[in-house]
Amino acid sequence: MNVMDTRATSAMLYLDGVHVSFDGFHAINNLSLALEPGEMRAIIGPNGAGKTTMMDIITGKTKPDEGTVLFDGTVDLTRLDETRIAELGIGRKFQKPTVFESQTVQDNLLLALNVDHSVRGTLFWRGSKAESERIDKVLETIRLTDARNRLAGSLSHGQKQWLEIGMLLAQDPKVLLVDEPVAGMTDVETHLTAELLKEINKNHTIMVVEHDMTFVRELGVKVTCLHEGTVLAEGSIDQVSSNERVVEVYLGR
Amino acid sequence: MTPHILTRSLDRAATAFILIVAAVGVLIPLSNLLLPQGSMFQVPTYLVALWGKYVCYAILALSIDLIWGYCGILSLGHGAFFALGGYAMGMYLMRQIGSRGVYGNPILPDFMVFLNWDKLPWYWYGFDKFAFAALMVLLVPGLLAFCFGWLAFRSRVTGVYLSIITQAMTYALLLAFFRNDFGFGGNNGLTDFKDILGFNVQAEGTRAALFLLSCLALIIGFLICRTIVTSKLGKVLIAVRDAESRTRFLGYRVESYKLFVFTLSACMAGVAGALYVPQVGIINPSEFAPANSIEAVIWVAVGGRGTLIGAALGAVVVNYAKTFFTSGPLAPYWLFMLGALFILVTLLLPKGIVGTFNSWWETSKATNGSPDADSAAREDGVGAPNPAE
Repeated sequence: MNVMDTRATSAMLYLDGVHVSFDGFHAINNLSLALEPGEMRAIIGPNGAGKTTMMDIITGKTKPDEGTVLFDGTVDLTRLDETRIAELGIGRKFQKPTVFESQTVQDNLLLALNVDHSVRGTLFWRGSKAESERIDKVLETIRLTDARNRLAGSLSHGQKQWLEIGMLLAQDPKVLLVDEPVAGMTDVETHLTAELLKEINKNHTIMVVEHDMTFVRELGVKVTCLHEGTVLAEGSIDQVSSNERVVEVYLGR
Repeated sequence: MTPHILTRSLDRAATAFILIVAAVGVLIPLSNLLLPQGSMFQVPTYLVALWGKYVCYAILALSIDLIWGYCGILSLGHGAFFALGGYAMGMYLMRQIGSRGVYGNPILPDFMVFLNWDKLPWYWYGFDKFAFAALMVLLVPGLLAFCFGWLAFRSRVTGVYLSIITQAMTYALLLAFFRNDFGFGGNNGLTDFKDILGFNVQAEGTRAALFLLSCLALIIGFLICRTIVTSKLGKVLIAVRDAESRTRFLGYRVESYKLFVFTLSACMAGVAGALYVPQVGIINPSEFAPANSIEAVIWVAVGGRGTLIGAALGAVVVNYAKTFFTSGPLAPYWLFMLGALFILVTLLLPKGIVGTFNSWWETSKATNGSPDADSAAREDGVGAPNPAE
């Protein structure tokens, strides 16, 4: 039904002519964007440019009024709900770190693992060696091994951001949407996060929204600047940051 | 590496709770039946019935805690499922009266004869059989909860909106059951019961057995809830409670989880109602009153939301207080006291009795430098829910 016969595009994530308005406010305006498999893309733009709304559309939280949103060239995401889209392999980290505060760090990761998510499966879940090894590995990657038994709510802001990235890793999606991963982080943490994302990018497609230009520069990937719900400029960080319009609306002179 | 789901559910507190309930369930009936009347340790029959009622309320509280404490579904209409279970049992008890009724009709209950009905309505068929009635005790509340939940959770009705429609549901049922032509005895409800499974409901032995059964049901209900909340399913429920949309983005079908616990909880409430009716001897539409459901939520809040043991304890403590105060000169002020109790608990003990005790216990263990304080916190698997929610 929502799977087309042939691939419409080679892109992993493909948005074309997408419109969304809330009560007459055009949050997304004729937005077109394509993410190739294995690509990491940085999205920048002023507040209200539609960055988060775009992620809402991709993950099924918001339905677009018009336009095409394709995953893996074949799946029409506009017809699916959040759960289905997550199952397909699109993971998301929120702008405000959203972890399960009253549960331990390792339980947060356990919940994120892409295993049987049915009521029955979780009721009779017994755990396995493979699962705990994966959790151990993620804990190591996000440097939270020592904090594994702490409640997620007691972590520092930066640690929560990392835990959420860790949850994405446990989920092991094909595409990761990462919204402001370094907000509120120290310089060292920011640097480590850039390293972490580059590492993850080796076998995942990533879209990362960020305001921190030093961080974006460090990622060294193609940059898209959004403004008023549409693409203002696209290219390397140097090309985009020297673009007249980008300087005017976003970077400032 | 991970223990069986049943053994995992039994930590020290849970085992202690089960043993205490089992001891009460055996000792009270024994003392009532075996000790001579007037002896200091003999529990009078009226007290057996009264405590049996508390135990049924404890089961209802447990069912509310499962959905509210662990999944964040605040049902203010759970009394409806309790009452439906009660009516199913009441219908069986009515059919057992047979020709011993005032009008002596072997098939029709008295109120139907009084209304000049000439035959039994179809929905009364089968209730002369205990097995059928017992099935209905689970099925009727379960089915209603399933349909209600399917509509509400799929449309993502949450928070206060869900609470309000659960209130509307129980109120609608209250009005329906008040009507004589609805076929459930109208205002008077169902009463004047004689036998249950051939035993006189008034007899001391029957009362003792019902009390024991209620305690057994409480233990089984508690075990089911513990098994759920200590499984991975329990972690998902807490995730739904704390960050529903986040859980969805991880690929969990939140509405299925809610529907599962809501339906299960309604079945438990139905069993509580079914055990309650033969012990109090009557079921009438007032059991559907919205205030009853709200009161049940207060028991859970007083005892400690999200602790299970607290819910059961809260039900007993508040109802004991109710009995104590409403039988004395303070009777007219009971509702004020209940209101004050709720305000005081919210202000002073936002985690309830058991929740407050748990955090005190953990802090004192942590300050004593006990190395397993951390693992004890983990065993519970849950932090207390946010009381501000």
